[in-house]
Amino acid sequence: MNIGDLLNNQGEWLKTTGPNSDIVMSSRIRLARNLSNYPFSHWASKKEQQEVLKAAKQAVGSSKKIKDPLCLDIGKIDSIDRQFLVERHLMSKEHSIDADNKGLCVSEREVVSIMINEEDHLRIQVMKSGFDLRDAWCIIDSIDSELGNALHYAYSLDFGYLTACPTNTGTGMRASVMLHLPSLVMTKQINKVLQAITKLSLTARGLYGEGTEASGNFFQISNQVSLGHREDDIIDNIERIIRQIIDHEQSARDVLLLQDKAVLEDRISRAYGTLKSAHIITSSETIDLLSLVRLGVDLSLIKSVDRALINELFIITQPAHLQKIEKKKLNPNERDVKRAEIIRKNLG
Amino acid sequence: MVCDICGKSQATVHLTEIIDDKMTELHICEGCAQKKGAQMESHFGLADLLAGLADMGGQFTKTKKETNIKCLRCGLTYEDFKRIGRLGCGECYSAFKEALLPLLKRIHGSTQHYGKSPTKKTTKAAKAVKTMDELQELKEKLQKAIQLEQFEEAVKLRDRIRELEKKKTR
Repeated sequence: MNIGDLLNNQGEWLKTTGPNSDIVMSSRIRLARNLSNYPFSHWASKKEQQEVLKAAKQAVGSSKKIKDPLCLDIGKIDSIDRQFLVERHLMSKEHSIDADNKGLCVSEREVVSIMINEEDHLRIQVMKSGFDLRDAWCIIDSIDSELGNALHYAYSLDFGYLTACPTNTGTGMRASVMLHLPSLVMTKQINKVLQAITKLSLTARGLYGEGTEASGNFFQISNQVSLGHREDDIIDNIERIIRQIIDHEQSARDVLLLQDKAVLEDRISRAYGTLKSAHIITSSETIDLLSLVRLGVDLSLIKSVDRALINELFIITQPAHLQKIEKKKLNPNERDVKRAEIIRKNLG
Repeated sequence: MVCDICGKSQATVHLTEIIDDKMTELHICEGCAQKKGAQMESHFGLADLLAGLADMGGQFTKTKKETNIKCLRCGLTYEDFKRIGRLGCGECYSAFKEALLPLLKRIHGSTQHYGKSPTKKTTKAAKAVKTMDELQELKEKLQKAIQLEQFEEAVKLRDRIRELEKKKTR
């Protein structure tokens, strides 16, 4: 498998096969792990970083749980490929900067990805379609145990898995759910929801995690605390709260359909119409309009479009994806034209 | 209490300095603290936010010793940690334990890990973790039993907790 192959296959988490995949885009769990014999990535020498990279790649390579992974040295690939991997949610933006001695391993169907020498030596991630943290936990737990047998993790009885930043120590786990909440935004209830979340030791972020703004009515909700609670309890807590948010979004949708159906239909149809006929379109307009069309599909106001296609369009209309598809560098104006073309082709 | 420096305003900042094992206490007002604070770090990042959290625990304690502690394994000093907001290696958690405990308490509301451990179930460490897990669970159950006035159940739970505590200290 090489990077180009990723482009030809849709990531498993985009396929809308998981539970509640109308409102929940995806569920993700990541574990932060470090090797006990080495300083954390930022404090390690070049040589030590190389040794960590080698050991981690070896452990992933001989894993029975991750079949035929794509393993990359981030320092050896170009900037478009790096951005492409960020856009596919396979690695963080930070991982694409100062990329020497950083690695990335991606499993078939993009369910598992492992960043090597990010903030921690290993950042293991599992992404699933829809609202399915349990399954994500089962997968990541077994992979983590397997890797833990091959690599000696830094761990203490008091503080659990030791991480570079004390905010991640303990379980080293962040469980997050990506929600699409257009109706809570339209009915102006979203701020109340987000405020309530922070009181329950959860945080809300944008599409690309830490430091990103919410766009396209997508909100990523995750646990803030990693020390003092078992993994199961952390997941239970998030699940309980997410279920309530799903209910709120659902009732906001019902209310909109009941009270403002004409307005809603008009907005959704106009969005759909624009996407089907535009010849120049920016990425931010695309995200906003796709969000409305996605809602239209959920409410059966648009019947001819598959939700998985909308998910796919969110991904492939991003700058690096457009350039990978076109197989050349495109300036922003050229990208806006290419983006519109791809959307027309897919929705037409 | 009046400020030790200006002698006018109410002292709201309490500074404990330990230099060569001699402890001096300073009680100063907001304004004088800011002037004194100018001698400390001037930038503000995640590291300072973390360090700030650690220092918020009622008394503002900054000891000469604390700033000089160094992790013998990786060479990172506590000052480095405050500057970059990242620890240097796993051993740092032991080297800076005293300073990290209040910080972890603020961030996570806890200083004790429960949950998965990397070691195989037969090892001593894993056994200890398992005991800790069970203890926590029993304590929660005990609280519930007391609330529900199920005293027979509570007595059983209490005995089991004592048994485990003994095992733990052994």
